[in-house]
Amino acid sequence: MSTISLHDTHHDDHGHGHHHETFLTKYVFSQDHKMIAKQFLITGIIMAVIAMLLSILFRIQLAWPDKTFPLLETFLGKWAEGGRIKPDFFLALVTIHGTIMVFFVLTAGLSGTFSNLLIPLQIGARDMASPFLNMLSYWFFLTACLVMMGSFFTQTGPASAGWTVYPPLSAVPKAMPGSQIGMTLWLISMVLFVASSLMGGINYVSTILNMRTKGMDLWKMPLTIWALFLTAVLGILSFPVLVAGVVLLVFDRSFGTSFYLSDLVFGTQILPNEGGSPILWQHLFWFLGHPEVYIVIMPALGISSEIISVNARKPIFGYHAMVYSLMGITILSFIVWGHHMFVTGMNPLLGGVFMITTLIIAVPSAVKTFNYLATLWRGNIRFTPAMLFAIGLVSFFISGGLTGIFLGNASLDINLHDTYFVVAHFHLVMGSAAIFGMLAGVYHWFPKMFGRMMNPKLAYLHFWVTFICAYLVFFPLHFLGLDGVPRRYYAFTEFEFMNKWLTVNVFVTWSAIVAALAQVAFLFNFFYSIFRGKKAPQNPWDANTLEWTTPVEHLHGNWPGEIPTVYRWPYDYSKPGAEKDFIPQTVPFSQTMSSNLPHDFEGNEEAERIQKEWEATNKPVQE
Amino acid sequence: MAALTVLFTVFSSANAFAQEAAAAATAKPVDMGPVHQNALFYVLLFLLLCLFIAIVGKALKVYELTRETQGKPEGINWNTVNAVIFALFLVVGLYGVYWEYTVHGTMITHMHEAASEHGQRIDEMFKLTLIITTIVFILTHIVLFAFAYFYRASDKRKAYYYPHNNTIEKIWTIVPALVLTLLVLKGFLTWRSIFYKVEDPKNRAINIEVTSSQFLWEIRYPGTDAIVGKKNYKLITAINSLGIDFTDKNSLDDLTADEIVIPVNKPVRFILTSKDVIHSFYMPHFRVQLNTVPGMTSYFEFTPTITTEDMKTKLNNPKFNYILLCAKICGANHFNMQKNVRVVSEKEYQEWLTKQTPYLTNDLRKAFNLPVPVEAAAPAAKEAPADTAATAAKVALDVKNQLALKK
Repeated sequence: MSTISLHDTHHDDHGHGHHHETFLTKYVFSQDHKMIAKQFLITGIIMAVIAMLLSILFRIQLAWPDKTFPLLETFLGKWAEGGRIKPDFFLALVTIHGTIMVFFVLTAGLSGTFSNLLIPLQIGARDMASPFLNMLSYWFFLTACLVMMGSFFTQTGPASAGWTVYPPLSAVPKAMPGSQIGMTLWLISMVLFVASSLMGGINYVSTILNMRTKGMDLWKMPLTIWALFLTAVLGILSFPVLVAGVVLLVFDRSFGTSFYLSDLVFGTQILPNEGGSPILWQHLFWFLGHPEVYIVIMPALGISSEIISVNARKPIFGYHAMVYSLMGITILSFIVWGHHMFVTGMNPLLGGVFMITTLIIAVPSAVKTFNYLATLWRGNIRFTPAMLFAIGLVSFFISGGLTGIFLGNASLDINLHDTYFVVAHFHLVMGSAAIFGMLAGVYHWFPKMFGRMMNPKLAYLHFWVTFICAYLVFFPLHFLGLDGVPRRYYAFTEFEFMNKWLTVNVFVTWSAIVAALAQVAFLFNFFYSIFRGKKAPQNPWDANTLEWTTPVEHLHGNWPGEIPTVYRWPYDYSKPGAEKDFIPQTVPFSQTMSSNLPHDFEGNEEAERIQKEWEATNKPVQE
Repeated sequence: MAALTVLFTVFSSANAFAQEAAAAATAKPVDMGPVHQNALFYVLLFLLLCLFIAIVGKALKVYELTRETQGKPEGINWNTVNAVIFALFLVVGLYGVYWEYTVHGTMITHMHEAASEHGQRIDEMFKLTLIITTIVFILTHIVLFAFAYFYRASDKRKAYYYPHNNTIEKIWTIVPALVLTLLVLKGFLTWRSIFYKVEDPKNRAINIEVTSSQFLWEIRYPGTDAIVGKKNYKLITAINSLGIDFTDKNSLDDLTADEIVIPVNKPVRFILTSKDVIHSFYMPHFRVQLNTVPGMTSYFEFTPTITTEDMKTKLNNPKFNYILLCAKICGANHFNMQKNVRVVSEKEYQEWLTKQTPYLTNDLRKAFNLPVPVEAAAPAAKEAPADTAATAAKVALDVKNQLALKK
């Protein structure tokens, strides 16, 4: 404990502005968690825009496989010779779109941004446990992004074996052009990324466990913190497994080992590798890969819990159930990876076991959904932009979650595996839902990050166009999958039965283009408001959590004086008897005698006695 | 900053590529004039749209400011606007779902029935899951958007402080758990019935071997002995593309085929292997999919129930064909890795089988030191028996030695 208090006083000095900040230490190599959060966010947004543009490119190919677009050649050169995207480049687009979205946008961009911003602010800490490690985490992430983008400038193009990079396709350079230097860069980028996310994760966990302010016990933490905490734990436990897998793949590619390779013949050339198994990679990859989808969605769920509660002006329904269901998801997510492998030919007994664990994970997810609905019930819902996106998240989470029940069922997966049904499923449940969580978070905490407000009307436009278009894009894709159209197909022209879906593809592509254009509304709003937005008040949403007790102007150390003490849980909204419809966590029960409930005192007899005495004397006044 | 540099490099190198491409394209110059005009037109159109939105935004602001200066209450209640759009979204969305189910739903070729025994069980499972999930999907969405509409912010009301209710929470934990238990049980039984087959000695499955490689499927039928002979990837040469080991006498009568032909109502067991990367053996009409993995043999056994001809009449589509496609990303031509599949009557099947050519060619006989028949076209299968057993071991050694020497 003594070390922590020392740490605090040290930062107090910073708070009082005793040390000199240069441009470089303030904006570039910053060790301030709020600045690092902004760095993560802006990098994440840029990567998201790039990944979105990549998706538009391959959607154009899917919609008009026979048409030429000379303009594409202008931009893509040899990869779209004659104005048509080449099959190899198509696969590269799909692969890099997936990699960027999953890892750089929805892991680093989402969890990195909001963990950094909210953990110290919401638990009442001056900064992260290790600000330097935190800075390194960002720079490793940025390097990973740059290396990944760098692969576009190689002769043979970026990795293109799909974002899951299954060997032997990814391991043997002659299997496809993308498996040459592009794949090497992919692997380097991934190692850097995992290093980044481990440094971040360890920091988040130690900060949450050790640096909570006085009174902030675990059960008084906002759900965002719970979600970010469990996400970090999940990341720490699962990301190293990916590194192990990646290192073995590097060995197979560059040093002639045979961890994943055996019995390979390309043309008539027999490769010397013997004894490995491609299935091993899949086990290692999905041991990370499945927790990864929860690493993506849990912060979004935490953010939306907070936002829904604030804007429905109601306590989140079933706070404990929400935490326990997050814990349930965290634990279960480690034993469901095999559902990605039902049809690999692994022992069918394993298929049966993984089907059971997978469908169990639907229970905590269902509990969360019902609790969201119950929170809205009899609320007083303010449709702030953040609230709109949070409600959108709930809708996507339901729609995408339900199709998971099909795919988690091994016998149904036989026919749906690797079809567009899967594409539709995960784009709704972890793609759209997580992105909506991220956008909700941006709209909600923008005033905290930049001290200014975003334009709500532009945000409404952004929400409605994006929400509707996301459904128009992904809902029809389920039916392609049910008809047996496999994913990652360059064109639907070679199979007679797929021709009927070409018109649907055109429709989907147009919807995607409209959705992409709607993001211009967001980008403009975001960057414009940083400089020209309306000045934000200290607590623009009348929220209870600690971050709104800090001054609008950022300072290193967050609070100018002492760190506030926490007395109550963060969800006392519309409490009967209270003056206002919110009671911040820093308000002691002694100041809210008229609204205290017996439950609030957690069995503290002295407090209950005082409360009873007060009620006895004040009751007539209240009536 | 760093991000800006990324963007900058993206554009500058795109230009570099453009120049390269322009240099390459001198042979067949494309007139880019109209293309650029077109692009410019769309960009202008978009800017016009942005301008329009900006004007609407300003107009709204002016309206609100005048209301404010006149001391009147806020002109547009955005809470109500959004709540109403949610309500509309619910109604239109529900119709959209209905439309999708009935229009896109019926566009699915094999909607009506699966063409295999286990496929029908899978479809039952599918229908049950579909019914349950659709009910939940619609009810939860009605609740979500109806709450959004009815409980929109109002100054007259205060939200109801309702932090938890253990009974309700227990109910909505247990009910989904029970429903999922039902689905798991049924799914588990279906799964078992597909992959745990007890061999019926009276109705043995026909073995057919499928070997995938970039980007084709090679089919091998077992010949008269009903056993597909051994193969070894190390024996693969230009003339022996599967690496069949002809020292195994079961290999001698193996047949090659251009398409997969299977008799109706008889179990077939596909032996799945791959030469280079992972592919996926996917036949959606039969609800059959299993990856083909290099270095690992996997098996899928099923019984087709509808002949191609019957399916043609059922679907009223004379062009209909069962199809085998690749469902696992495998390279540039992943999207066009197909094989025709025909389900025929037992009689047609036997007839078709007699027309197929054996794998063992004279060149291969020489390579494996097998006696070459005088008449080249003589059926290989019948000659095989006596001489092989003795020579087999020797030949095997020879071949291996040769290979070793080559290395």
